[in-house]
Amino acid sequence: MGKTLAEKVWDAHVVRKGEGEGANAQPDLLFIDLHLVHEVTSPQAFEGLRLAGRPLRRPDLTIATEDHNTPTLDIDKPIADLTSRTQIQTLRNNCKEFGVRLHSLGDAEQGIVHVVGPQLGLTQPGMTVVCGDSHTSTHGAFGALAMGIGTSEVEHVMATQTLSLKPFKTMAINVEGTLRPGVSAKDIILAVIAKIGTGGGQGYVLEYRGSAIRALSMDARMTICNMSIEAGARAGLVAPDQTTYDFMYGRPHAPQGEEWDAAVEYWNTLHTDDDAAFDVEVDLDADTLEPFVTWGTNPGQGISLNEAVPFPADFGDENAKLAAERALQYMGLEAGTPMKDIRVDTVFLGSCTNSRIEDLRAAADVIRGREKDPKVRMLVVPGSARVRLEAEAEGLDKVFKEFGAEWRFAGCSMCLGMNPDQLEPGERCASTSNRNFEGRQGKGGRTHLVSPVVAAATAVRGTLSSPSDLEPASVSASTTTDAA
Amino acid sequence: MEKFTTHTGIGVPLRQSNVDTDQIIPAVYLKRITRTGFEDALFSAWRKDPSFILNQEPFNAGSVLVAGPDFGTGSSREHAVWALKDYGFKAVLSSRFADIFRGNSGKQGLLAAELAQDDIELIWKVLENAPGTEVKVDLVSKTVECGNVVAPFEIDDYTRWRLLEGLDDIGLTLQHEEDITAYEATRPSFKPKTLPARIQ
Repeated sequence: MGKTLAEKVWDAHVVRKGEGEGANAQPDLLFIDLHLVHEVTSPQAFEGLRLAGRPLRRPDLTIATEDHNTPTLDIDKPIADLTSRTQIQTLRNNCKEFGVRLHSLGDAEQGIVHVVGPQLGLTQPGMTVVCGDSHTSTHGAFGALAMGIGTSEVEHVMATQTLSLKPFKTMAINVEGTLRPGVSAKDIILAVIAKIGTGGGQGYVLEYRGSAIRALSMDARMTICNMSIEAGARAGLVAPDQTTYDFMYGRPHAPQGEEWDAAVEYWNTLHTDDDAAFDVEVDLDADTLEPFVTWGTNPGQGISLNEAVPFPADFGDENAKLAAERALQYMGLEAGTPMKDIRVDTVFLGSCTNSRIEDLRAAADVIRGREKDPKVRMLVVPGSARVRLEAEAEGLDKVFKEFGAEWRFAGCSMCLGMNPDQLEPGERCASTSNRNFEGRQGKGGRTHLVSPVVAAATAVRGTLSSPSDLEPASVSASTTTDAA
Repeated sequence: MEKFTTHTGIGVPLRQSNVDTDQIIPAVYLKRITRTGFEDALFSAWRKDPSFILNQEPFNAGSVLVAGPDFGTGSSREHAVWALKDYGFKAVLSSRFADIFRGNSGKQGLLAAELAQDDIELIWKVLENAPGTEVKVDLVSKTVECGNVVAPFEIDDYTRWRLLEGLDDIGLTLQHEEDITAYEATRPSFKPKTLPARIQ
């Protein structure tokens, strides 16, 4: 019988097969091709190496950047928060001591770790990629097996360049059809999570397949793979194709010359065989999909933007009912309220889910020639310094600024509320990030997860909206750019 | 790592599903560079509410957390495990754990025991009817005892063995260092390296 893509990548990285079979099998020891490091989950791992007197085995397969805890304003000044500054300084000291390449704040390659890897061409098909961050699943968009790990495992990879892993089960997510205008990758993944639940992918590697996935750009595929973890899956991937190769070609760390040809020959084998079987298959219809939005406090609590806040009593399962009641209370929402009647205070465009150049372009296209609701604050945080430069070269920064949005420096920012970019208690936010957990974006903050175009339309109207709800834009707008 | 065979301590019923790691420890506490001292951070938002279970005696002295399904979802932060351990928890019982949280627990000697949801409900009832009831978690027999409830739990054999023996993961792997070296020699040359840095 044939193999799935995930199984092929797995098998190509087995350093040592675990003994035993089936449920009692010991874990396999897998080689790790790329280890991404950031300031938050690494200090204790470096300290562990130091205490044990162990070297970092492969600095040449390791790269670090500063993202979670960095400010998005005044990046040329010392970081005001002393604990944050110490953590950043600790990363700098550790990278120096252990010989790890680091892209610091102010460097053109600094940014969210999951934006930086692909943009440098370091993320490639068929690789194993890990990082002490659950959204490492992002890199699966290239047909890589990419997983988030904890700090003990970070230390393990630093010391051995391997991980002990028990084989996963496989799940196909088949998305067939054509997305309608205003519907995007974010809506696909929010719909998938609503369908299978936050625990539905637990123990599985997801493979996104079907015509709707094939039609997506790399930026869009990254958005989908990024949120695999929100369905409980440790990894999600898409088989590489010409779209993948076109994205990678010419990037700094992409193979060159004959190496490129050899790589493509290998990458072309990285697809699920016709006679391979998935443990589970899930289907989603792209033709009928509408813009999606979350109403609750976990990413599985989502519905179409055209629907209303659900009634807890309609949930069959007692735990789901309780969770819905609690979520509505926290979110300050009443069941039956149309989602589009919900007013927001803040719009956040950013995070490793939706901060790439295409996300910024899509949002800019919606707001160009329109006015922001004056009561709404909008924060635009590019995923990397490179994305920021690219956007500025296209004039997108002007579009956002003239609209009244704040144009910030790169980082994780308001996605997780570690730096000063946070919601106030009770403040409501339409956010292109990945988690609507209680307090995630700031203590007492209320998060609705949306796509970049829904975020942009919401900033115009002040209530959760899709671009199709907007009046036609004024044609005389001075902010029109000739960007591609 | 300390060996884990059995533990008996006050059970804490947390009747909630999807307890994500942002609830277990909010991001503001992740700025620290130490591995200990996170007891104040555990459930810090919820602990501001006087009616929260850990603000009530005798639950505040609990060491076995009995939670709803999908415990530990979200962020990979191992700080969640450190905070639970620093507070005094030795075991967490749930009908479903997020993969990364379960892995992190295994590395740190916190027992993540997977029970049937029906058994979790029975234990919740015992703990709510008789606060302070102790839960005995036996890793050797893979069973939990609480009042008149005796229930089996699941844990993968490898993690169980490592916990029972108190083994260090890195040490175990480095016993196979020659296998790693042999694998490295077979890697295709087109695989990328971060060094020397190539910049656009």
